[in-house]
Amino acid sequence: MKSKSKVNKNNVGFLYIMPWILGFLVFQLYPLLSSLFYSFTDYSITNKPEFVGLSNYITMFTEDNLFYQSLWNTLKYVFMSVPMKIVTALIVAVILNKKLKGINMYRTIYYIPSIFGGSVAISILWRFLFMDSGIVNRVLSILHIPSVQWLSNPKIALFTLSLLSVWQFGSSMVLFLAALKQVPGELYEASHIDGAGSIQRFFCITLPMITPVLFFNILMQLVNAFQDFTGAFVITNGGPLNSTYLFALKLYDESFSYYKMGYASALSWVLFILIIGFTAIFFRFSDAVTYYEDGGDF
Amino acid sequence: MRHGDSGRTKTIITHISMILLGLLMLYPLIWMFFSSFKSNKEIFSGVNLFPIEPIWDTYKNGWKGTGQITYGTFFLNTFKLVLPTTLFTVFSSAIVAYGFARFKFRFKKQLFMLMISTLMLPNAVLVVPRFMLFSKFGWTNTYLPFIVPAIFACYPFFIYMIVQFFRGLPRDFDEAATIDGCNSFQIFWRILLPLCKPALFSAAIFQFIWTWNDFFNSLIYINSVKKFPIVLALRMSLDTTSASNWNQVLAMSILSLLPGTILFFSAQKYFVEGITGSGVKG
Repeated sequence: MKSKSKVNKNNVGFLYIMPWILGFLVFQLYPLLSSLFYSFTDYSITNKPEFVGLSNYITMFTEDNLFYQSLWNTLKYVFMSVPMKIVTALIVAVILNKKLKGINMYRTIYYIPSIFGGSVAISILWRFLFMDSGIVNRVLSILHIPSVQWLSNPKIALFTLSLLSVWQFGSSMVLFLAALKQVPGELYEASHIDGAGSIQRFFCITLPMITPVLFFNILMQLVNAFQDFTGAFVITNGGPLNSTYLFALKLYDESFSYYKMGYASALSWVLFILIIGFTAIFFRFSDAVTYYEDGGDF
Repeated sequence: MRHGDSGRTKTIITHISMILLGLLMLYPLIWMFFSSFKSNKEIFSGVNLFPIEPIWDTYKNGWKGTGQITYGTFFLNTFKLVLPTTLFTVFSSAIVAYGFARFKFRFKKQLFMLMISTLMLPNAVLVVPRFMLFSKFGWTNTYLPFIVPAIFACYPFFIYMIVQFFRGLPRDFDEAATIDGCNSFQIFWRILLPLCKPALFSAAIFQFIWTWNDFFNSLIYINSVKKFPIVLALRMSLDTTSASNWNQVLAMSILSLLPGTILFFSAQKYFVEGITGSGVKG
């Protein structure tokens, strides 16, 4: 009797997660495998996939200059925007966590830009703010600071796009705040008695205690930043001189402007492998330094 | 005493810098709002925040959209896309989360790990085959590419969030209900679901706002202006606007940000509880 009900319970559990299993198979696993398959074919809207071996990958690395350019742009973008965003979020969260009055209000205010995510309206706003005759330059000129070609100088445009991402540090900040609340107060009191300064306290207590959240945050931001599209597409459309032509734009062009589905799939796998690579390095690094209070088991 | 004084000065300095940072962050949005009442000339010159000669009909004229299709249609389209997607996401994620949180079954641990790892699966690598699949189904230029994946709980982030919340609810509830003769679905529906409202609300808010702002998928799946959600309408207005009515573009941009903002502020309590309660703890 007992074992029968156990079997039953097994089935019930499966039944509840069934939607996800089906969704995973059809909308994630199947696309993942077929894009790998397409990447070895010359698939396009007009012709059926025909096996071409490694030729897509060879073309990419030997003939396609825009591939290198977009890859380089993306790496620069990721390693500019993610650290700036994470550091800002962390600093603000630590300050807010000092039992500051009105913390809820501040948290709300800093979160507001993050509500809008990659929305087109915000991209439009960014274009108006940072165009050559935009409000940012006008304010600078009042302060007698020479104006900057935020979006029209190929050396600066990518940085201006990163600023948009930094402006939305609120989502990371909220996660940091939640983690900071969990750090036991006794640790600080003990360190106070030991005469540790606030900077020492941050590096020796706060940071180690919140590393799991820190790494989760960095990882998610990395994965997202590698695929950022809307800003570069709407604000600069890849220009000037392709300086903001991110990998996601390249992918979009190959698949939905030129309909080279096979080639686009190969590109997407290069991106995928790149992300896996960074994630793996990151996990090895984080395993070495992460502190789990509860052993982190399930 | 001296210590207290310096502490107070410190607090005041902190407050001032926090307020300045807040102003700096909100200024662009405030500027956008007031500029939607400015003439083109004013938008591109001067540094004053308030319009000198306010123009009151930018919203009315901007609303007209392309002439044939108004922003009324674009808004309606967006709701038709976003609402079902959000509802299905929350419901399906909650059911799957219930399965993971409350039942023992074979390979549960492995399946859970698999689900978590799909969090990091970049969408870019799925886009092309998904597009070909949905084209084969004849789903391009419909909202089904958004809605159907939501029915099948394709958003591991929300499942994880709700699982964490379920784990925090004592199992005594389930046991008491079992004794009262509830089956597992009734336990879920009548007892656990009402208790995890904060997690459900914050999942709903996130999904609403993300889908509302989802530009990439709208761009590849929706191609007739009649069916454009608001993000595509805005992007189109950037290309087609004659030089004189940028204020209307800004006005419609402001309107497009409104639903998300209202939702965020009205459900803030749930939102904070949902995030901090489920937390991404260790």
